[in-house]
Amino acid sequence: MKKKIDRRGFLKVSALSAGGMLIGFNLFSSCKNSAKLPDDISKLNYKDFNAYIQIAPSGAVTIYAPNPEIGQGVKTSLPMLIAEELCVSWDSVLVKQANLDEAYYRQMSVGSTSILMGWLPLREVGATARQMLVNAAAQQAGVAPSKCTIKEGIITCDGNISIGIGEVVEEAAKLEIPTDVKLKDAKDFTIIGRNIKNVDANNIVTGKPLFGLDYEYDGKKIACMMRAPFGYKLKSFDATEALALQGVVDAFSFMQNSIAVVAEDTFTAMKAIKLIKPVWEATKRAADSEKENVKIKSLLQDSKYDLIQSTGNVDKAFASAEATIEQVYETPYLPHSCMEPMNFFAHVTDDWIKLAGPIQTPQNALNRVANALKRDKKDITLELTRIGGGFGRRLFGNYAPEAAIISHKSKYPIQLVYSREEDMMGGIYRPAISYKVSGAIKSNQVSAYKLRQVGSTSLKGRFANRFPTGAIPNVRLESIRNKSSITTGAWRAPISNVYAFAEQCFLDEVAFKLKKDPIAFHLELIEKAKKSDNEHLVYEPERMEGVIKLLAKKANWGNQSEGVYQGFSQYFSHETYAAEVAEVELRNGIPVITRVICAIDCGLVVNPLGAKNQVVGGIIDGIGHAMYSDFCIKDGRPTVTNFDRYRLIRMNETPQVECHFVQSNLAPSGLGEPSLPPAGAAVANAIFAATGVRITKQPFIKNKEVFG
Amino acid sequence: MSMYTLLVNNNHYEVDVEPDTPLLWVLRDHIKLKGTKYGCGIAMCGACTVHIDGEAARSCSLPVSSLARKRITTIEGLSPDGDHPVQQAWVEEDVAQCGYCQGGQIMSAASFLKTNPMPSVDEIRMAMSGNICRCASYNRIEKAVVLAAQKLKQQ
Ligand code: FES
Ligand code: FES
Repeated sequence: MKKKIDRRGFLKVSALSAGGMLIGFNLFSSCKNSAKLPDDISKLNYKDFNAYIQIAPSGAVTIYAPNPEIGQGVKTSLPMLIAEELCVSWDSVLVKQANLDEAYYRQMSVGSTSILMGWLPLREVGATARQMLVNAAAQQAGVAPSKCTIKEGIITCDGNISIGIGEVVEEAAKLEIPTDVKLKDAKDFTIIGRNIKNVDANNIVTGKPLFGLDYEYDGKKIACMMRAPFGYKLKSFDATEALALQGVVDAFSFMQNSIAVVAEDTFTAMKAIKLIKPVWEATKRAADSEKENVKIKSLLQDSKYDLIQSTGNVDKAFASAEATIEQVYETPYLPHSCMEPMNFFAHVTDDWIKLAGPIQTPQNALNRVANALKRDKKDITLELTRIGGGFGRRLFGNYAPEAAIISHKSKYPIQLVYSREEDMMGGIYRPAISYKVSGAIKSNQVSAYKLRQVGSTSLKGRFANRFPTGAIPNVRLESIRNKSSITTGAWRAPISNVYAFAEQCFLDEVAFKLKKDPIAFHLELIEKAKKSDNEHLVYEPERMEGVIKLLAKKANWGNQSEGVYQGFSQYFSHETYAAEVAEVELRNGIPVITRVICAIDCGLVVNPLGAKNQVVGGIIDGIGHAMYSDFCIKDGRPTVTNFDRYRLIRMNETPQVECHFVQSNLAPSGLGEPSLPPAGAAVANAIFAATGVRITKQPFIKNKEVFG
Repeated sequence: MSMYTLLVNNNHYEVDVEPDTPLLWVLRDHIKLKGTKYGCGIAMCGACTVHIDGEAARSCSLPVSSLARKRITTIEGLSPDGDHPVQQAWVEEDVAQCGYCQGGQIMSAASFLKTNPMPSVDEIRMAMSGNICRCASYNRIEKAVVLAAQKLKQQ
């Protein structure tokens, strides 16, 4: 894995006035020529650079990264890449969430891509800095750089002179930036591949104020809000009672259909918002999820659709089939239920705007605030806090302009806090989606596969040419969008989270019909994909086969003990291959999920401990929502608004999850999402094995035949 | 508004609030101890768990007026240096993901282990089921409670 680098200008180096060396860089682009590094560590500017490395004369390394941490561990795994190439010991590295005092460029942790995008650039930064330190030490010792080695922050010149990196930082900062540095060989990694714990663990277990809701600001007031039900308009409202409450300082409507109250403290604001008496007026688009379901059912049979993929001749294959199988799968809208409800701080003055809070798309939030208030972006600053769970919700920063408008109207610095009820009622939900999947059978083989998606979002082109394309000669993907006034957006592993449920339950049913073992059936399909001459396949059948074989072995597939029923599922997303076996046992005739075994191929695993946490979390998340989470919207409002009636999986319902990684030196791919999609199907298939009942509708718990 | 004197983490605090103000908001907004979290406000998630006279309680559902002469402990006061065996076990097992729920989880676990120092895995799973972790760190919470029980025994 040696690579020549010539990315002139993607980092800059300077000496700090207080001693030490500062390296500033741009993770996803190069620095502007005019960009100047600050010489004071308290004045890091994130407009020109999006991350920094500081090396102190003591040899201590501090990495300042503004990547918002949402629980994916990127704050740990990305700095590991730098430290590896820098050849320092992990114990000497401190990672700091950058405090932003200026607007800055793109920085998101989204779609499991952080690690994939940072893999080479971050290592290059580390390697470049390392080379500069080595060059400086070589100069000091009067030997050629090639005669020097570096390990754990100590440079050894000519085999006998030892120089700590801290001793040469001043000199190194003056050297030219090398453009031709070597990356380490994977076999020489000492940090990548090691189990490294969450860098914030101590702060978390001692309750330090890290999160958005913990943000403090002099003179801060609290705002709570309510919005019109989906498809309704605000006609009028009466705030008399709310305003009469001691501690309430303002109440008004804003953004046409929302109402805010501003109060001295959170409890007063939450109490006050409940005292507002709004009059809502229904429009033609008044939302009702039951009625939408009826519409979705009819669209599943409609003759018009958007074509996403067409391979071979599906209609012909169906016409000549000996048998066909068809099944419909249904999934509801779902809120994200981040444990930290949405919140944001804004202080809007005539001269500047200060924003702070938990968000994954700061640049977008900044633009929206600038637009909403017709202000210059230059006057806006945004500070990121730790994020109490994202799952896709915090990509959609509608709460930032809401906070800014409330501050602007009330003239106070305010923190907008959604109550749990507001968080659940005003969501950007996972879209409700149904699938119709059909298969044509000829000579005990699947000759054609047809999948139609109907829901409030469209099936995207990137779903084309995935498995089972290549394995089945005729494949067609169709999509119909059912418009709704219910707001939807990304939800952990968007679309895949339900698409995989439909695909993998269906293939299990086909295997059963063909009297084939589900894993053997998959391997047989993959064998065909390996031989396929379809050039458009977006997955590698060999890697898919690899995870399934590893899984079959680890799960002891086919040899389960008495009373244990297994279900299989596998899925490819975010460049990662995941295969899972769920085990259920019957207790009083009711299936209980006891164990899940997962095999995963995500390329090289940077931090196995963090990776495992992600994978296990994704599986339990997938199972929890497939099993329990029921969500309906009636008269524009969810029928459940808090955790008393909206059910999330709890500890006593959680299976033990085992996770096994395929050994690989390929560039790492996503982990935050790919383990989730196959989980629901693995459980549904295990329940079938145990009870003979095919569950095709989420949440599973509502299936009377199985759960009574 | 009324004045209340609260004993939190061995410090006395005077607060001037409405009698129905939940302890959660007194801690967060008035005493500025932010480790106790808001998750649901209706005693269903456990994010706000504190100890009242050593016993776990949901601070979102405890009006301040009910706390006279009670000893209140928050996550910040569980140990002087963050070295309570439960906290240590949480770090060793790398439990936290986003971390938001974990203060509440730790407070629940610490109180549970006092009443049941040698719990079975099933007892742990039941005892901890009042605390939601949306990041689903449940497997590790289970292991951390087992580890904390061992640590406490050795003390
Ligand atoms: S906030 Fe108190 S239990 Fe949820
Ligand atoms: S760690 Fe995120 S909610 Fe528990």
